[in-house]
Amino acid sequence: MPTAAVDLTVELCGVRLSNPFVLASGILGTHASLMHRAALNGAGAITAKSCGPAPRGGHVNPSCVAFGHGLLNAIGLANPGAVDEVALLVATKALLAPLRIPLIASIFADDVEGFARVATTVAAAAPDLLEVNISCPNVASEFGEPFAASADAAAAVTAAVRAAVDMPVIIKLAPNVADLARIAQAVVAAGADAICAINTMPGLLIDAESGRPVLANRTGGLSGAALKPIALYAVDVIARAVSVPIIGTGGIETALDAVEMLSAGATAVGIGSAVYGAGPAVFGTIAADLGRWLDARGLTLTDVRGRAQQRTAWPEAATPAPVPHAAAEGVTR
Amino acid sequence: MTSTAVSRPAGLPRPIRLTAVRDENPRTRTFVFDAALDAAPGQFAMLWLPGLDEKPFSLLDVDPVTFTIAAVGPFTRALHRLAVGDVVWCRGPLGTPFTLRGRDHVLVGGGYGVAPLLLLARRALAAGHRVRSVIGARTAADVLLAEATAAAGATVAVTTDDGSAGTRGRVTDVVGPWLADDPPATLYACGPHPMLAALQAQAARAGIPAQLSWEAYMRCGIGICGSCEHEGMLLCADGPVLCHG
Repeated sequence: MPTAAVDLTVELCGVRLSNPFVLASGILGTHASLMHRAALNGAGAITAKSCGPAPRGGHVNPSCVAFGHGLLNAIGLANPGAVDEVALLVATKALLAPLRIPLIASIFADDVEGFARVATTVAAAAPDLLEVNISCPNVASEFGEPFAASADAAAAVTAAVRAAVDMPVIIKLAPNVADLARIAQAVVAAGADAICAINTMPGLLIDAESGRPVLANRTGGLSGAALKPIALYAVDVIARAVSVPIIGTGGIETALDAVEMLSAGATAVGIGSAVYGAGPAVFGTIAADLGRWLDARGLTLTDVRGRAQQRTAWPEAATPAPVPHAAAEGVTR
Repeated sequence: MTSTAVSRPAGLPRPIRLTAVRDENPRTRTFVFDAALDAAPGQFAMLWLPGLDEKPFSLLDVDPVTFTIAAVGPFTRALHRLAVGDVVWCRGPLGTPFTLRGRDHVLVGGGYGVAPLLLLARRALAAGHRVRSVIGARTAADVLLAEATAAAGATVAVTTDDGSAGTRGRVTDVVGPWLADDPPATLYACGPHPMLAALQAQAARAGIPAQLSWEAYMRCGIGICGSCEHEGMLLCADGPVLCHG
């Protein structure tokens, strides 16, 4: 648990988080006991694994591997279906409520009406927030291109879910799209209360010996360290395009990573693949480290948030005369 | 010259070649490979047959890498069709091992759960410890690795559900009196969940620490997907061996 004097609480769409670190969807979110464990270890909020209209077994193994710079997974949206998910969410909320840790439900569907139906179903469990996963890269063969790839489709899903439920709605966006800023603006115009960015990035690993893709699904979603620069880029783009809070997710493993993500403009920070390696204890560690980092510099979360957006010049940069590089370095050729 | 051909991150499957196969009982075979793993008794590895599936198996030995596998489904039947010289892909070692505590051990294997205990028995016996093993099975034909365990130097008791070999009954029928009359320092077990639950209760009543290896359906194998949850634990990363008491 963080002991630093710095206030790490953040407010996300009117919901209070004791720290900015959110268990990302798809990690440990299959069981109330595991989500409870992430909360006990210091997570600021918990996202359940995405559920859809019907039960899904997911893809055949191998479905997740660590390749040295991150993970590649194609679990394939394995889930018990929205109806059974309600019981899981209710059980999880009962465990989180005494800890005052908010629960974020996560949903997917294969059409706009399906999103509204699943949202209505899981709303019965009264999660604190609702994440709308329109960006899973691993089910394209069944569902076609993710809704997150098109501003119109993303906005249509957002509007349908917004109309179906009362709780704050978070839209989870994909990095691999043509115009992320326009998509972010479209979902906010359609009623999104927050944006989670980003989902995993499509990737492929091939076993050299067999010549085959390692994952049974052939392709997967890239997460972990390799994803961080892409996630920072996406959050930067979104933060400059819209003013709703952002849950910055992708490759955040340490407090310094988190400071970078907050500096890009995120209000909260998703933690997923870092659980591989550090275990669920990563939440307490990273929150305590962030508190110490801020404390040592006399900074608050507000000071850090979005500061990479500021484009101020170096104070002494008074238009120096251009000097050829070699001459400036005293190098002779 | 340094070869980079075999250098790959530990998290990825690597090809290993089958060097020997032997039958253990009518449904079970032992597979020996041309590789070594820096692993301990109780840890497991994922075996991948490209185009089919990837599943977790306990290590019977680590140098050379050896698995004892029963043909119970499409994947394990495909493994049983492999011949010496064939290649499979291995990701691991994964999970927690058994840890020898004290110098007097009772090892209990039910069904295919016997496999990871043989290496543990050998390690304990090599260190001069006392090892008593109980091997449970449905019938005489299902008894696994009893001769190898005895040959390693352990005291072995066999139980079968129908009495066709050893004592008729359950492993707990043998373990109960052992714990009461001549208690070991630690109880170790691997097998079906109901057997482990019964042993956990027996060990708790006797005040003996138990290390139990719980089986589960596994996907990522690295502690993130949640598929193998068991009472709040991730059996792939916190387990498969959990310490009770």
